[in-house]
Amino acid sequence: MAGLKDNLLELIRRTSAEMPDDVNRVLVEALKAEEKRTTAEFALKTIHANIALAAKKSQPICQDTGSILFHVHGPVGSDQLVFEEAAREAVAEATKKGFLRQNSVDSLTGKNSGTNLGPGTPTFHFTQVRGATGMNVRLILKGGGCENVGAQYSLPDSRIGADRDLKGCRRAILDAVLQAQGKGCGPGVLGVCIGGDRATSYAFSKEQLLRSLDDRNPNAELDALEQEIVATANQLGIGPMGFGGKTTLLGCKIGVVNRLPASYFVSISYMCWAFRRRGVVLSADGGKIERWLY
Amino acid sequence: MELTTPISEDVIRSLHVGDLVEVTGIVHTGRDAVHKFLHDGGSLPVDMRGGVLYHCGPVMVKEDGQWVCKAAGPTTSAREEPYQAEVIQKLGLRAVIGKGGMGDKTLAGCKEFGCVYLHAVGGAAQVLAECIKKVRGACMLEEFGSPEAVWELEVEEFPCVVTMDSHGGSLHKEVFARSKEALAKLL
Repeated sequence: MAGLKDNLLELIRRTSAEMPDDVNRVLVEALKAEEKRTTAEFALKTIHANIALAAKKSQPICQDTGSILFHVHGPVGSDQLVFEEAAREAVAEATKKGFLRQNSVDSLTGKNSGTNLGPGTPTFHFTQVRGATGMNVRLILKGGGCENVGAQYSLPDSRIGADRDLKGCRRAILDAVLQAQGKGCGPGVLGVCIGGDRATSYAFSKEQLLRSLDDRNPNAELDALEQEIVATANQLGIGPMGFGGKTTLLGCKIGVVNRLPASYFVSISYMCWAFRRRGVVLSADGGKIERWLY
Repeated sequence: MELTTPISEDVIRSLHVGDLVEVTGIVHTGRDAVHKFLHDGGSLPVDMRGGVLYHCGPVMVKEDGQWVCKAAGPTTSAREEPYQAEVIQKLGLRAVIGKGGMGDKTLAGCKEFGCVYLHAVGGAAQVLAECIKKVRGACMLEEFGSPEAVWELEVEEFPCVVTMDSHGGSLHKEVFARSKEALAKLL
């Protein structure tokens, strides 16, 4: 238990302070592509300096350490309650140490719990994997600025001329990019879900953010759409922070789940450039770190 | 360009959209809770005339009895749009720092009262925290909690871009219009 808690604390620290390599690589390309001596270049240079400084000081990349989303793939029969207890303890300790901001607020009274613990925070998504020997724990810290520009479309949507087909999905996704402008701390990454009900659709769109930026969608049609959305978004001139410029999106990941005949949702979760996503493979009891992901 | 607090109206009126500035002096943080509080008739025990309000909920930790800022990037400003112009007037602000830009009401307030909107780089919490040389104190800490409290900060060369000026100029309006037009052609 103490071993699990300490390992989760280290996962939180790394997620808050150290950017994953797949995102860093795309940000390096973005800086190269931007025109020199522009506010867009200033923004990207600041972003790079910030990433280096956060890692060096072991302090949060962004002060909004966001929603704390744990995704756990574990062996059949692993005790989820034990995991949750250890994770809550790790979250409270990480908050005390300043790896996380005090980010859990009572929605009615406005009172901040001060520990990041409370009804609904943090959140856990457990999946049992038959034959697994260890626990695969992935963590996303998703800030409020980017969460607020997420959008859900119910097709058909005559406002944007979107029908119930992939073309309509494309229109919905690009409209979300237009509406977000720089408010979600662009250049960002989109996690998209086509289908589902309102809740599962958003949840599944966030799961897309667990994918590495350099992976390819196994579905050829969705893969083409992912590439095309990024290329098109980067012709809009929104740019880093919405200052204008060449890089508006760093990536787009699209998943699909079944829907009801009556429903056709396209849900878009926007992740800011400060894409805090880390993962670790732990031994079945959580006491030992086998290896780091991403 | 250097901006040193307190800032005069003349200096603010000389700024235009696209200018890079560095703020040195005193900056106060204030975000959702305090804007609503001021709108509802509340008042703060600090004088911010000629000053700068920063939309920021920092990570603060007390070390040896002294508050230390661990991370302090801007938060999304759009949420304060209903209140900002009124708050600029009430507090006598010369600049508001945030991210994402604000709307027409704030733009009109900037023009009327001589204020600018300065865009800091969102997410750059460490680079910006380095510019904070001292945390002088806080008010409303108990009432609003740490992220929403009004923190008084001494800053040096805090980098921002003027994205809304006191002449009615807004980079956000320009970029939105241009990108909307571009998208229409690509659909």
